[in-house]
Amino acid sequence: MRVDAQNAEYDVVIVGSGAGGGMSAYVLTMSGLKVLMLEAGRAYDPVSETPMFNLPKDAPLRAAPTPDKPFGYFDATVDGGWEVPGEPYSQGSTEEARQFKWWRARMLGGRTNHWGRISLRMGEYDFKPYSRDGLGFDWPIGYEDLAPYYDKTEMLIGVYGSNEGLENTPNSPDGVLQPPPKPRAYELLTKKACDPLGIPVIPAHLAILSEKLDHVGIPPKLFPDNPSAQQLTAASMQERAACFWATDCGRGCSIKANFQSPTVLLPPALRSGNLDIITDAMVREVTVNERGHASGVSYIDKITGTEKSVSARAVVVAASAAESARIFLNSKSTLFPDGIANGSGLAGKYLMDTVGAGVGAQIPLLEDLPPHNEDGAAMMHMYIPWWKYQEQLRGELDFPRGYHIEPYGGRRMPGSHTFRGFEKFTNGAYGQEFKDACRRLYGSFLWFEGRGEMIPNEDCYAEIDKDTVDKWGIPVLKFHWKWGDYELKQAAHMHKTIAEIFHAMGGRTTSPVQTDGAKAIANGGVIIHEVGSLMMGSDPQKSVLNSHCQAWEVPNLFVADGAPFVSNADKNPTLTIMALAWRTSDYIVEQFKKRNI
Amino acid sequence: MALNLSRRRALGVIATTSALSPLAPALASEPRRTATDPDMLHPEIFVKGVLSVAQLGVIAALADLILPADERSPSASALRCHEYVDEYVSAPYEENQQARTLIEEGIEWLQDASRGRFGQQFSGLNDEQKRLLCDGIKWQETAEEGDELGARFFALVRDLVATAFFTTEEGMADIGYIGNVPSAHFAGPSREILQRLGLEPQASDT
Repeated sequence: MRVDAQNAEYDVVIVGSGAGGGMSAYVLTMSGLKVLMLEAGRAYDPVSETPMFNLPKDAPLRAAPTPDKPFGYFDATVDGGWEVPGEPYSQGSTEEARQFKWWRARMLGGRTNHWGRISLRMGEYDFKPYSRDGLGFDWPIGYEDLAPYYDKTEMLIGVYGSNEGLENTPNSPDGVLQPPPKPRAYELLTKKACDPLGIPVIPAHLAILSEKLDHVGIPPKLFPDNPSAQQLTAASMQERAACFWATDCGRGCSIKANFQSPTVLLPPALRSGNLDIITDAMVREVTVNERGHASGVSYIDKITGTEKSVSARAVVVAASAAESARIFLNSKSTLFPDGIANGSGLAGKYLMDTVGAGVGAQIPLLEDLPPHNEDGAAMMHMYIPWWKYQEQLRGELDFPRGYHIEPYGGRRMPGSHTFRGFEKFTNGAYGQEFKDACRRLYGSFLWFEGRGEMIPNEDCYAEIDKDTVDKWGIPVLKFHWKWGDYELKQAAHMHKTIAEIFHAMGGRTTSPVQTDGAKAIANGGVIIHEVGSLMMGSDPQKSVLNSHCQAWEVPNLFVADGAPFVSNADKNPTLTIMALAWRTSDYIVEQFKKRNI
Repeated sequence: MALNLSRRRALGVIATTSALSPLAPALASEPRRTATDPDMLHPEIFVKGVLSVAQLGVIAALADLILPADERSPSASALRCHEYVDEYVSAPYEENQQARTLIEEGIEWLQDASRGRFGQQFSGLNDEQKRLLCDGIKWQETAEEGDELGARFFALVRDLVATAFFTTEEGMADIGYIGNVPSAHFAGPSREILQRLGLEPQASDT
């Protein structure tokens, strides 16, 4: 579609098309606002482009991860990764542990195309961490403020899971979650091993349809007084098939069974007639008028290399946390010499990722099982939520915040790395002995990943690198990073716990179990849960955004990605990004109605 | 792979969903066929072919020593696993270029060892002689001094051959991978499997 954006009138321009941008576009267009969305990457349609059943043998290098396709050939991400050609970033330190690896996905829908679909609600404690242990900051909102939006988001996108009533692991209201799939053999074995250890193993919450969405019952709950929004949402829900328990979600989903912005959020928004999308539009800055309000954005049309600008009555930046901070910091004017809405000087500060550490094991009990199909929902059916809140409250652990564990393994489709490293499991066998060993060992390997909360700190931030621009001439980010002592201790605890579980299963670990957390922890940015850097708060001196993700200094400028996060609970951020974006969008609509914008 | 009914139904679902996609008319969407945006639906495997015929011959012979034919599946060379080794070492990435060096040096090491011990090239050895050579390099932990390069080489060849072998349709069938098939429900493990693992039957199975 050719969009004559320069001459069109828009209520809102949204920068970014992923979880936050997509949700904002959906909610704003359902409410009748005219929206223009700018996406830095190309258009992408999962329905026509997803390689659903393709085998690794039919792709280069057995579809292995490469620097060009970091999660493998068939991974949905195109033009993305920790390195993007022409889009450098720099580091404040030459020491690897002090560096941040910055993932970008330059495509319509961004990271929602390949993400892990893990959709965990933050709990009551997670919004008030400072009040609980004196570290980090409290959010300006509480769980009760976001709960209705969690409900609506889960109903809209479809999340399977169960309500277990565990501490700080919120239940969803009855009828909101879809039934979880049956556990796989290794997941049941994990539960059996964990029960005596007092470690809970419960159904995971994933944004994958285990059954078709109730297109009659749900839309009226999402938009009670808006028949047109109900009709558009119902139509979009009817197009989504239930999961058929095959093919990897990370490839995307052509039957729309899992959540991706381009299959769930953008279709109804486009059909409303209220949304235009310009792709290959790399945003440079938010422009301001003489009153100090946002007037629109300027961007580079990557196809022609020319700079263009569009205007709108409000601007929503949802470019991903660090990219949004970059846009704020690059939006310099006489009114905002240090970047737009950055009077607090906090734009770019308190960047966070998730603590990640994993251990592998080989489990003799899982050897030689009769062939059975363990594809399932491709991702986990069961997981281990954090279970030691009371111990932490009593000061019995040497780190204050929680983590969860994600179990992976089983009889997955053999790929580029499934049969590597068998030398050590077979004592260097070859010949018939080796062939038989491969048959015996296949499906007996597990890999458990810990995912934990990082506490925001002064050493983790991004600023503009004054000496470097990208290929579009836009100044790039320079990252500074340092894990705190608590994160390192937590990572070591993850290793210890995972090894205990494996031993309880009768397994032997296949990767080092570190007592030094610095050797266990993944580098900053590797887990790709980048949040913070444009924090919300209740004090304009100590935050960039207010409790509605509205810039304190610029009333028609909003942020709708992970940048407003005040803490980064172990609950993966995407669900909260969407719930928060919906809440922010409701507020924007209200401001339009009140003519405040 | 033959289309079974459920798969055919699944493809029908895909086709129906396709026709309804509002993104298709709204935004032209297709791969740009660059390294970071390849055509995922129609992958092309481009093998530069850096190994010579003689080198490929050595790899093919090793592949068959590592995974010989038996009643369940063919030999590694019959499934062209040696060609995957060539593809692997042809790729431009650092990991692959390092592997290329090891493969080339390893083949040379093997030829030297073969000549030194049996007075002829590896390809001229009988199976027993080949196995005698491989026994010395089959495990890096037991390789003697001077054989380390050979052992590292053998470990890499084993990895690549096994990867190539068990990602073919024949290899996946051999190993008992029976997924990648759509179904209306996820069945979960059978009673037999649960019993073997000492697990209780699941609620809906009782």
